[in-house]
This record gives sequence, structure tokens and C-alpha cells, in this order.
Amino acid sequence: MKGQYDGAGDNDVSNGTKPLPRWIDIGLIPVINVCIALLVSGLVIMVIGEDPWEAVKIMIHGALGYEEGIGYTLYYTTNFIFTGLAVAVAFHAGLFNIGGEGQAYIGGLGVGLAILLFDTSLPAFLLIPLAILAAALFGGIYAAIPAYLQAYRGSHIVITTIMFNFIASAIMVYLMVNVLIKPGQQSPESREFSEAGQIPFIHEVFDWVGIEITHTPLNLTIVWAVICCVALWFFIWRSKWGYEIRAVGFNETASMYAGVKPARVIMLSMIISGALAGMVGLNEIMGVQHRLLLNFTAGYGFTGIAVSLMGRNHPFGIVLASLLFGVLYQGGGELAFDMPTITREMVVAIQGFVILFSGALAYMITPWMTRLYNRMQGSGPAPVEAES
Amino acid sequence: MADTFLFIVLTLDATLRVSTPLILCAMAGLFSERSGIIDISLEGKMLMAAFAAGTVAAMTGSPWLAFFAGVGVASLMALLHGFACITHKGNQVVSGIAINIIASGLTAVLGNAWFKRGGQTPNLSSESRFMPIELPFAEQAGSIPIVGTVYKEMISGHNGFVYLALAIVPLTWWVIFRTRFGLRLRAVGENPMAVDTAGLSVTWLRYRAVMICGLLTGIAGTYLAIAQNAGFVRDMTAGQGYIALAAMIFGKWRPWQALGACLMFGLLDAVAIRLQGVSLPIIGEVPVQLIQVLPYVLTVVLLAGFIGKAVAPKAIGVPYVKER
Repeated sequence: MKGQYDGAGDNDVSNGTKPLPRWIDIGLIPVINVCIALLVSGLVIMVIGEDPWEAVKIMIHGALGYEEGIGYTLYYTTNFIFTGLAVAVAFHAGLFNIGGEGQAYIGGLGVGLAILLFDTSLPAFLLIPLAILAAALFGGIYAAIPAYLQAYRGSHIVITTIMFNFIASAIMVYLMVNVLIKPGQQSPESREFSEAGQIPFIHEVFDWVGIEITHTPLNLTIVWAVICCVALWFFIWRSKWGYEIRAVGFNETASMYAGVKPARVIMLSMIISGALAGMVGLNEIMGVQHRLLLNFTAGYGFTGIAVSLMGRNHPFGIVLASLLFGVLYQGGGELAFDMPTITREMVVAIQGFVILFSGALAYMITPWMTRLYNRMQGSGPAPVEAES
Repeated sequence: MADTFLFIVLTLDATLRVSTPLILCAMAGLFSERSGIIDISLEGKMLMAAFAAGTVAAMTGSPWLAFFAGVGVASLMALLHGFACITHKGNQVVSGIAINIIASGLTAVLGNAWFKRGGQTPNLSSESRFMPIELPFAEQAGSIPIVGTVYKEMISGHNGFVYLALAIVPLTWWVIFRTRFGLRLRAVGENPMAVDTAGLSVTWLRYRAVMICGLLTGIAGTYLAIAQNAGFVRDMTAGQGYIALAAMIFGKWRPWQALGACLMFGLLDAVAIRLQGVSLPIIGEVPVQLIQVLPYVLTVVLLAGFIGKAVAPKAIGVPYVKER
């Protein structure tokens, strides 16, 4: 599966044209793909009868134009970094984890349970690592089951993780409605966590040093997200295990001859993937909501797919893509407010277009770019007609 | 006793109704996957079709125009899937996810922009919908005990789509296993190289399979919006495309077995609604979530090889590259 993302399609050296240089292949083409996706989204806005340019201005101002907007943008970004990294780790092993949504949900359950159990007895500086552990453990184990079934029982991870998303949602509804609900309350929510069970908001942190900024849901989890990015980069490109993961993703058979055990790599990469997805629970439950509730994942797991595709499975790219999606989410909210004909779901559609053009059709423009590049170089042989 | 009997008959009646989109989508998926194209976008295509049908029915009042709109839009999405997966050799799972997400977002945005009802289309009158069909003699047969009751309550009085879906299953079986096209379709899903060597176009075969898939999901979506319900509601497919996918896998990529799985999952759904808050003897109250989640759990268990073995078409998910 991985090969389809890395190979330059059927337009390589064999037909006499020069291959594209790296800066076009990994720099320019992804940008063009995203632009096509945004262009199509603009067309949709035109069909609705609004001015796309106006919409872009509202979105950018809503997301970056003032303190509150920036806070919200970065808060969304935090979630997307986690789910994007989660998808990327699995991608590197050639696996497609579309269970990020379910793993984030169960990770959040872990965070909630840990805090509900200990928030009256432990101080914050112990509770936060405990919650991180719980998120990783719950999300990781929930991803480990499909991984095990793929590695040792031969079932397909895509199908299993889809099913596991639904199963996670059912588990959560059952637990929230029947077990964890605060007694004497209608809506299925747990009791509120005590002060110790809350990750400080960024505006609180600024308050400690005497600077006053607007209150937003942005909290210290974003620091943890950045740490995870760096750690993951190190893990994938600088550690033995990361090397094994990439080896399996690149060529499973060859990796076996090199002494790598693919089954183990599948388990490892999926557990890390699930653990990262589980961190969404940390941001949402411990960072923002301060109680356990339903539907806090809100599709972030699926956005992770778009983020990872756009960021080319590299932590740096993922941070950039997460920022873009943060802007889209926050700006989309503002857009729905300012242009009532456009609803928040516009962001969902944009996300779909990004997945389509940066993922499924990622190499649509490669042959054209190759022809264009060769013509501009002038030295290459006459452009070869596409075979099909 | 008579009450229990009637309860069972009515539950089975409901089963047929809720199974219909599952059956249509499962057959749709079967065509696509048998040709080697993974299709997890049954859900999205069905949703787009439902929206198109609901919109056109509300605007023109004609159920037939709505039907063609539904099928047309689903076919366009299927072509898009084919364009990405067959022509551009893109990742089939990624393309499927993209279609699902686009469908979920676009239907909500367009629905809200055009009708201003929070993503819903206006309620349809019975003239602009497909209404249930009474089979001949259903009234008279009702007085005959057992057989008559079964005929009147369970077999008669369904939407034409229900009978259509049931008829499509043997048709699918016949096309896949008894026609030349079906043989080639299966071959292209198992060993496209051999098909290519025989001088047949892998691309064209797969495109046809994907188009049939689009057609069937289109019918399923149309049924949801203008037959089973009186209009489009946001995200009205509610995961049924995935259940159909599960049913198709559960049926091991075979039409009759897939039908069985669809009916079983449909029955679970029908039972879940009726068992809500009811305390059963011995077991006590069964949590609804447990019943709702059973299709997914069963599919996972089956795929893991704990009950039989589900073997996918060999070339599934692999884009065909003609030459090296």
C-alpha cells in the first residue's frame, strides 16, 4: 500500500523522460494538489451563490485575525497533530489505520477514568503523566486488537478498524448512559473533574506571569503535541524500530530477509498509532471539557487522514497541515456565522476534497508536471504520449 | 400465542424494510470488489443519491425524475472512484474515504443552502414518493390464519424497492456466476494479468463493475430518501453503507450468503428497536448498544477466521499496471 504513495506512477525513467527533481515531487506537487482541492471547494461555494474570495477572507480573519481566533485555531491544530501523526506512523509500516476516531474515543475514556479515580487524591503534576499514560494505554490497546488480527489472523486492518470505530462508539454510549453518568442528571456526562484533573489553559499560564490574554480552549496539551512530533521524527528516522517500520512499509518481503518480523512491526506501529490518537482524549477531556462526555472526538480521527496525506507522513508536514486544518475549522465556524447559507460542514467537504486530491489522485498531475518540466529543461527528448 | 405470532411476523416485516438498502449496497459492493476494487464508499454514494433524490423530488414532485437523479449522482461518484482507482491507480481505500467525507459534508452544506432546514429537504407528499404496493388479494387473505397473516403483513404491502432488492440478488448471482461478463469480472478480481493476456481490457471491465456498483447504491439511496422516508435527512444513511460492507464480507463475497447476512443484520436492527427497555425472561434487559454493535463484532470475528474463513478476491486493492 505504501508503494502507491512513493512511486511516481507509471511515468518514470523508463519512457525516456527525466524524472522530476525532489523539490517538485515532494514540494510543489502536494501544494498544487491542495490548491486544486481548495479550488473545487471554492466552486462549491460559488454554486451556493456566495463569493468564494469573500469566504476566504472571512475564514482567514476568523482564524488568525484576532487573539480568540488564534487560540481556537491552535486548539484544533493540537488534535490534528495527534491524529495526523497516528495515521502517519501506521502509513510508514504500510498500514492504513482508519480507526483513529475510535482510538481517540477510547483514549479519552482512559483519561476520564484515570482522573475520575484519582483527581481527589493525587496532585496535578502526577495526574497529567498518569492521564497521558492512560490515553496511550487505552488508545494503544484498542489499536492493538485490529493489529493482532491483521498480524496473526490475516484479517484486513482497514475493515477491522472501520468496525472498531462503531464498536467504540457503542461502548462509549453504553458506559456514559448506564455507568459513568453523574447521578440525577439527564445528559450523559460524568461529574466535573477537580482542579487537579485539569490541564492548565494557555491563558492561565500567561496569567501566572502576569500577562492577560483572551480565554480560549487552547491548553498546554499543544506543548505535548510538539514533543510528540519531535519524538516521532526521531523514532521513525533515527531509531532501530523506526527503521524496521519503514523497512516493512517499503518492502515487506525484503524486510523479512533482513531479519525483521513484520507481525511485530505491525503490532508496534499500530500501538504507537493508537496511543497517539488517544492523545486527542487528553486535549479534549482533560484540557477542555473537564468531564467525560459523548462525541468529543467530532471527526478529528478522520481529519487525521487528510492531515497525514497532506503532510506526506512527515511530522513537519503534519504540523503544517494541522495548522491549515486548524485554520479551516476555526475559520469555518466563523464563516457559518457570517454567511448563514454556508454551514460548518463546508469544512468536512473541503477535508474530503483534500483527501481526494492529495491522496487518491495524488499522482494525477505528475505526468503533466514531468512533461512540463522536460519541456522547460529543453534537453529532454520529445514528450512521450501517455499510454492509457 | 396469537400475539407472539403477530409480533414475529411484524418484526420480520420490519426486517425486510430495513434490510433493503443493505441488500442493494451489499450487491453493489460485491460487483466492485469481485472486480478487484475495494469499495468502502458505499455509504457516501448512498448518501449522495439519497440527497439528490430528495432534492429533485422536492423540486419537481416527480419520483421518477428523483430516481434518475439519485442513480445518476451515485454513478458519477462511482465514476470518480473509478477515475481515481483505475485510471490513476490511486489508493482505493483513500478514494473511498474521500467520497464518504465529501458526501457527508456536501449534502449538509448544499441541503442547508438550498432549503434552509438544517440540511433536511422538505417533506414530500405521497405523489412525489414511491409508495408501498399491496399485492393482489392481500385484504382477503388476511382472514386466513397464519398463511394469510404472513402474506398480508409480511409479504405484501412493501415498497417496490423491497421486491426489487430481493430480485437483484438472484440476478447478481446469475450475472456473476453464469454469464461471460461475470466470469471475466471474477477473473479480473483474481488475476488481472491473465485477463489482460487474453486480450480483454482490465480497465473497461473494472469500470463496468464500478458503474454497476454506483447504480445499485443509487437505488439504495433513492429508496431511503423517497420511499422508506418522506425526504432527505442529514446523514440519513447512518452507517448502513458500512453494515452492508460488513454483510458482503460476512457473506464471503457471495450473493446468497450476503443476502443472508443482510437479513440477519436487518433482523438485529428490527429487534433492537423493539427490545428497547423491554426486560426479557432469564437474560433481563439487553442493552440496545449490544445488539446494534453485533454486526460489526460478528464481522470482525469472521474476518479473524474464528468462524469459517472469508477469502477476498486475490487482486483486491491492487491497481493493475499494464507494463513494467
